[in-house]
Amino acid sequence: MSEIMMEARSLHRRFGGLRAVSDVSLAIYRNEVHAVIGPNGAGKSTLINLLSGDIPVSEGEVRLGDREITGLKPNLRAMAGVGRSYQKTTIFMGSTVFENVRLAAQAKSGHALRMLGAVQHDDAVNEAARAAIVATGLQARSGTIARFMSHGEQRQLEIAMVLATDPKVILLDEPLAGMGQAEALRMIALIRSLKQDRGVLLVEHDMDAVFALADRLTVMADGKVIASGLPDDVRNHPAVRAAYLGDHEVAA
Amino acid sequence: MIRLHPTMLRGLVALTLIAAAALPLLAPNYYVQFASKAMLMGMVALSLNLVVGYGGLVSLCHAAFFGLAGYMLGFMTPESGGASFWLSLPVALLAVAVVAAIIGALSLRTRGIYFIMVTLAFGEMLFYLFHDTKIGGGSDGMYIYFKPEIALAGFPLIDLEKSSNFYWLVLAMLVGAILLMTAIVKSPFGHALQAARDNEKRALSLGFPVFRLRLVAFVVSAVIAGLAGYLSAAQFGFVAPQMLGWHLSATVLVMVVLGGMSSVLGPVIGAFALIGLEEILKSSFEHWKLIKGLIIIAIVFALPGGIRQLAELVLPRRGDEGPPAAGTPADGTPDPAIRRAEAPGTNPQAQTRGEFQHV
Repeated sequence: MSEIMMEARSLHRRFGGLRAVSDVSLAIYRNEVHAVIGPNGAGKSTLINLLSGDIPVSEGEVRLGDREITGLKPNLRAMAGVGRSYQKTTIFMGSTVFENVRLAAQAKSGHALRMLGAVQHDDAVNEAARAAIVATGLQARSGTIARFMSHGEQRQLEIAMVLATDPKVILLDEPLAGMGQAEALRMIALIRSLKQDRGVLLVEHDMDAVFALADRLTVMADGKVIASGLPDDVRNHPAVRAAYLGDHEVAA
Repeated sequence: MIRLHPTMLRGLVALTLIAAAALPLLAPNYYVQFASKAMLMGMVALSLNLVVGYGGLVSLCHAAFFGLAGYMLGFMTPESGGASFWLSLPVALLAVAVVAAIIGALSLRTRGIYFIMVTLAFGEMLFYLFHDTKIGGGSDGMYIYFKPEIALAGFPLIDLEKSSNFYWLVLAMLVGAILLMTAIVKSPFGHALQAARDNEKRALSLGFPVFRLRLVAFVVSAVIAGLAGYLSAAQFGFVAPQMLGWHLSATVLVMVVLGGMSSVLGPVIGAFALIGLEEILKSSFEHWKLIKGLIIIAIVFALPGGIRQLAELVLPRRGDEGPPAAGTPADGTPDPAIRRAEAPGTNPQAQTRGEFQHV
């Protein structure tokens, strides 16, 4: 079994009386995509927010490698190596692709408080940005204002920004949402390339994509893990069939 | 529309500077003092814009930093002569920095309307500290009979009692503040600050220490406002609690919005416009404040990007100046007009601004 990059140990998150996430444990391994699926409201996005630090946990532990990071704020988790994308694209729409990615690379460089010298003159930052743009196949769009790109390209840009922060673990919240067929295929290939030397957590509704990508699969319902393991085993799990075929239609 | 070539623009800037420097030799004393006052208000507006325009945080206690530095000069000026410029200025600015760090550390934990309320409350606290206690002469304020002395090894260098000398000092400080602000806005710090304004969540998840960025911006902004307050107290030889009040804070905010928040120079232009407008209206009309209000409303409607928007019609486009700088992609020289289009950002405060704008 390969190395654990990130781990959640019996995480709980309550919003008032609602148990959004309840006793969830899972591990993200190096060179693997760990997909999390489940009906709407199962707690998948909350889980990502707990791992990234956007929402504090009520109980439980988050570990990055052998380091406990439960108490770290999101910016410190990012510096420690946790990169994430959001369900709703969060890029800087008025800036070019290069400027967006450079900003991300600059965050990682740790010079956020440097007031002297123009940003465009930091060679290491420029190089990191360029590499991330090449890795996501956006070279031709480098000078394009983000707003004028297609939805699919904007999502690619968001991934490029995550890559530029040089993460150990990447958390993707529905990266294929709203994409057409061709765009989705490109994104699936991109996500597959991300796991090289990293761990990837993928929350996604598109089942074709999930089964094309997942090395490991966890199914959540009502905030709890109802099944976890290799995709083929989980697919035939009775609890999973019940959760998907009970009140909800199969999301595909 | 004719657009200026960058070299023509540089010529224009040089001409403006020469004209500004020559003003005391040409104009009567009244106008020299008036211009000093306008430049100092321009400096306060410029400093506030680091927080409001680039930080996306509407602060209503900026006058407190302006006034506090003025009072510090008052406290340090002896009865018999001027305070030492080299000592009193750093001490005044240090006091402002400490107070701003405390106010910022507490108020920056809030957002939006709450940030406005908390900064307003802190500003009023400082106002009443000077208004209701005996400190600094209470509500009557205090006189500063002598201007600070700029001396080197005991020899007086510049006599600030001469209004032309004082004017040149203010001009140099304003130019310095503009250059400093331009550098900050283009620096890694400036970009990170603007990213946090446009999307705080994203900035955090990329790893930016958003709270610290904003606190530093708040303190730097306060110190520049303090510099203007110090010089203003020296110019008028008088400080009063009104210098710290919310009325001045709001006026400076109007200057910023009027001039345009998306550039370094906009607020300075806004300050000149507002002060110039007041001066003209005051001498011509009895109910000048009413007319001033109408004109401000008209400007805001006609030029939503501020008065500086007018300048964009003649400024050189991005990319006119030779090959792109190292690190900028060769294929991207977008039209600034497009870049300034409204951003459908997730942050409502960012919606009227383009992102990553400079100068």
